[in-house]
Amino acid sequence: MSLLAVSNLTKRYHRGGKPFAAVDEVSFEVGPGETLALAGPSGSGKSTIARLVLRLIEPDAGRIGFEGADFLALSGAALRARRARLQMVFQDPLAAFNPRATVARVLDDPLRIHNIASRAERPRRIAALLERVGLDAGLAARAIHEISGGQRQRVAIARAIATRPSLIVLDEAVSALDVSVRGQILELLLDLQRRERIAYLFISHDLGVIRAVAHRVVILDAGRIAESGDARAVIANPQSPVGKALVEAAPRLTRNRP
Amino acid sequence: MNRLRRFFRTPEAIAGALILALLAAMALAAPLLFPGDPQAIAGPALQPPFQDWSVPLGTDRLGRNVLAELFHGARTSLAVGLAAAAAALLIGAVVGTLAGFAGGLIDEALMRVTDAFQTVPSFLLALAFVSIVGPSLGVVVAAIALSAWTGPARVARAEVLSIRERDYVAGARVIGMHPLEIAFREVLPNALPPVLALSSVIVAAAILTEAALSFLGLGDPNRVTWGGMIAEGRTVLRTAPFLSVVPGVALVLTVLGIYLTGEGVVESTAVSRSLS
Ligand SMILES: Nc1ncnc2c1ncn2[C@@H]1O[C@H](COP(=O)(O)OP(=O)(O)OP(=O)(O)O)[C@@H](O)[C@H]1O
Ligand SMILES: [Mg+2]
Repeated sequence: MSLLAVSNLTKRYHRGGKPFAAVDEVSFEVGPGETLALAGPSGSGKSTIARLVLRLIEPDAGRIGFEGADFLALSGAALRARRARLQMVFQDPLAAFNPRATVARVLDDPLRIHNIASRAERPRRIAALLERVGLDAGLAARAIHEISGGQRQRVAIARAIATRPSLIVLDEAVSALDVSVRGQILELLLDLQRRERIAYLFISHDLGVIRAVAHRVVILDAGRIAESGDARAVIANPQSPVGKALVEAAPRLTRNRP
Repeated sequence: MNRLRRFFRTPEAIAGALILALLAAMALAAPLLFPGDPQAIAGPALQPPFQDWSVPLGTDRLGRNVLAELFHGARTSLAVGLAAAAAALLIGAVVGTLAGFAGGLIDEALMRVTDAFQTVPSFLLALAFVSIVGPSLGVVVAAIALSAWTGPARVARAEVLSIRERDYVAGARVIGMHPLEIAFREVLPNALPPVLALSSVIVAAAILTEAALSFLGLGDPNRVTWGGMIAEGRTVLRTAPFLSVVPGVALVLTVLGIYLTGEGVVESTAVSRSLS
């Protein structure tokens, strides 16, 4: 059974007074412990899908099933409770945190909100989370703006896994990082997936990264699915014009080809 | 520390800070230097200033010590001004945050209420409120706050409207935080700086409104106020002008001090922002 089942998802906005579909009848599924990548040119609707799946915005049509239940039917306290299972990591780790927060507070919030640990127990949990993502537990006392970008993205991942989710949406989560840091973060994500069977909805425009981490890929074009399938197969032999253009535009891939 | 040094760079800021320090010292020292009731009779009526050093600024129509009244008046002015401004900023920040964060009907409703309060001249509003409820210190504070919260509410709302689109607010929703907690713990503190920048203007206006209410006889009758002193002196303005001039000058200096200090603070933070 699929973990996340999205069907005919549609979101319309207005552009110049005329309605247009940023996401147009999009359907896909993500299985437990699986990584599904969303690729596509800028403006193709990737972030909009992420926000829809996270219920940060509401769709105009379509269904979202999550863990076997109708995710769109939830509201209020029930929705907030279910959010523990579905987390997100943003592109810009600096913008993703309250500028006044400390690392400890950022990690304390989900533990407190979902009653995962008592107040007395939380500092130990926070230290464990930091170690889990390869950070020193002493970092907890630091302000969020006092740590490096790579450390911050690790904190974002620690926050996402604090509530033991089954799915994490990553919207360009490694795009803003240095190449060396990017590799380490991808390594961490793969390790977490192996050990805890977390599924990822992995949004990226970098097909090299997608081929390294994703099982399957969905390529979007102007809000619609252009093609989808096994990540390596699609990237090796794209069928759609957008897919071909994306592969053309990825220099490392062309170089890697025999 | 750096910011403090930057603040004290302009002569205006130094002057403002000195005036405020003096005023605060007067307010704090009033019960020590002039223990007992400042409204009690201290000597013969209408003594001119600088004649009898037990009453350096002379006495008023009823023989009360003007200097003692001035010190105790500073206490009332500062207390009312600060309390009313704090209440106005608090109400404004809460209303503005709720309106901006909730959006939709709640925003619409709250902003119409804000409009309604803003269309009535604020002094009339305070005047009406005190005359209906009756003059006491708490009522005066409430009346002034009621007439001054709309500015902070608008500024807070505008700030919240931009902050609520940031990623970290979405992040707070994703971890399941309650909307009220997001509004007041995550958004409001970050929306405060421009709201607090209004505080000097609001404190100054609150002190002036308090003086005006007292002048009209709507202040707390059990307290000495500068506005009340000016009103008292008005009846003998020709023969003893100092009775109105002394509290009047104190009032002007106070408001000036607050404005200058506020300007200095804004200036120093503006510089630090452009430097960073
Ligand atoms: N709130 C909004 N109002 C109007 N139009 C919007 C809104 N949000 C997104 N859009 C439009 O919807 C389309 C899809 O945007 P989206 O952010 O999902 O693209 P994306 O694939 O994430 O692009 P990128 O790779 O640049 O991040 C774009 O044309 C965008 O302008
Ligand atoms: Mg995007």
